[in-house]
Amino acid sequence: MLTPVVDDDGTPFWEYAARGELRVQACAEPGCGELRFPPRPCCPHCHSFAAEWRRMSGRGRIWSYVIPHPPLLPDYAAQAPYNVIVVELAEAPRIRLVGNLVAGPDARLDSVARERIRIGARVQVVFPREPKELEEGAVRPPRWTLERS
Amino acid sequence: MAGTRTAGLKDATAIVGIGQTAFAKRLPESEKALACRAVLAALDDAGISPAEVDALASYTMEETDEVELAKAVGFGDLSFFSKVGFGGGGSCATVAHLAAAVATGQATVGVAWRSRKRGSGPRPWRNTAVQLPTPAQWTRPFGLLRPVDEIAMLTRRYLYEYGATRDHLFNVALACRNRANQNPAAIMYERPLTREMYMTSRWISEPLCLFDNCLETDGALACVVVSAERARDCRRRPVYVHSAAQGLPAQHHGMVNYWNDDPLTGPAWTAARHLWKHADLTPEDVDVAQIYDAFTSLVPLSLEGYGFCGRGEGGAFTEGGALEIGGRLPLNTGGGGLSEAYVHGFNLVTEGVRQLRGTSTAQVPDAATCLVTAGEGVPTSALLLRN
Repeated sequence: MLTPVVDDDGTPFWEYAARGELRVQACAEPGCGELRFPPRPCCPHCHSFAAEWRRMSGRGRIWSYVIPHPPLLPDYAAQAPYNVIVVELAEAPRIRLVGNLVAGPDARLDSVARERIRIGARVQVVFPREPKELEEGAVRPPRWTLERS
Repeated sequence: MAGTRTAGLKDATAIVGIGQTAFAKRLPESEKALACRAVLAALDDAGISPAEVDALASYTMEETDEVELAKAVGFGDLSFFSKVGFGGGGSCATVAHLAAAVATGQATVGVAWRSRKRGSGPRPWRNTAVQLPTPAQWTRPFGLLRPVDEIAMLTRRYLYEYGATRDHLFNVALACRNRANQNPAAIMYERPLTREMYMTSRWISEPLCLFDNCLETDGALACVVVSAERARDCRRRPVYVHSAAQGLPAQHHGMVNYWNDDPLTGPAWTAARHLWKHADLTPEDVDVAQIYDAFTSLVPLSLEGYGFCGRGEGGAFTEGGALEIGGRLPLNTGGGGLSEAYVHGFNLVTEGVRQLRGTSTAQVPDAATCLVTAGEGVPTSALLLRN
């Protein structure tokens, strides 16, 4: 599986994710405070370079989804057809995260039947718990489960 | 300063030569050799010696650079050269850059080209070493690997929001295939497409199936741009660059445009505002269109963006044979990227020229104006051509 090629701006997201926290970059300028995603050096609204990482509830709704079929990279082809979803966050619908809808934190990318995937469905973030994923510096990409399963 | 203004681009330059190689899944020659053949063919078509060329424009993804091309085909001293980024979004911009250079006196004879062995060469998405940190770190680990996956995500939302259907996407694929069936140079010449074939084909990334995807082609194309004055002395009927535009919208995110307020109004809208602002024409005046079609769903999005219909009406616009010859807006009359060849949209530029010369294999009677667009879904560009 591909691991994220992280840049300076994205590093905090993945560090928080490794601790099981979903956080989104926000402007730290008093009076602004706009959330922004993907993270970037300064605020496009007020141009402040001050930023903080705000914890999200981890709840959201599916905004769109695709079901990729081969040809794919081998690790992904082995799970195809799988789903990729875009989730809009409950507290900030214009902040949308790409992820996967799974049956549980460590389930495969094809673990939810495609008939159950629909735009608008409520989802909750989960983080993988595999032991190898908890090694120092390991990446724990956030995944999503249906609120009503 | 009061009372002064720039002359502008409107009709100041013209495309006077076009050239191309054969198109195939596999061509034996190198991309460099194919580039040379296409460029020399375009200059021969124009009746201009390579030694007169002093400006070049291409894509940042083009592998044959200016030094290699110039020394191989014997260009003169070059005084202008530029490359445009964002893959197929740069096709029309190459011509636009040359037009600007010629209109402002930076150069006199410009050549734009694209040579690519995408048919027999590697698929770019397979190279995991070059995934860009931004935005790929937010998409690729989750299995959004290929351009088709990225555009399928927008397509699903498009179908959901507007009630468009796979039949609308089929209408796009069918119009391109029908035109390719008339074009002996097209990969899909004499290979008809039916609704049954489309609806039962394999998925690539649901909701996009095999026939929603462009071809994978080896080939090269080029065109020659000179001033309107010079154009009158060339071998072929000039095709004037009436208006040209690039478009990178505020808060746009490239092919994964999921992260702004309104992901379904993309670069086409931005390019269109500039294109029409500087034109004497409106969408209703366009006789034929060459719209970038790496994926079928880019066409309804572009139809909306360039103002042929309202927001959300791009699917319905394709109904009733609207995109066929004799329809409201004949589309991709050489077959487009879906059925002629996929060379990052440069064949759409050359087909636009053919229509306005009256030499297309699917000629729209008395075509006098043609819109050519580059890739929607990435920072894009467009040309409004007239004869």
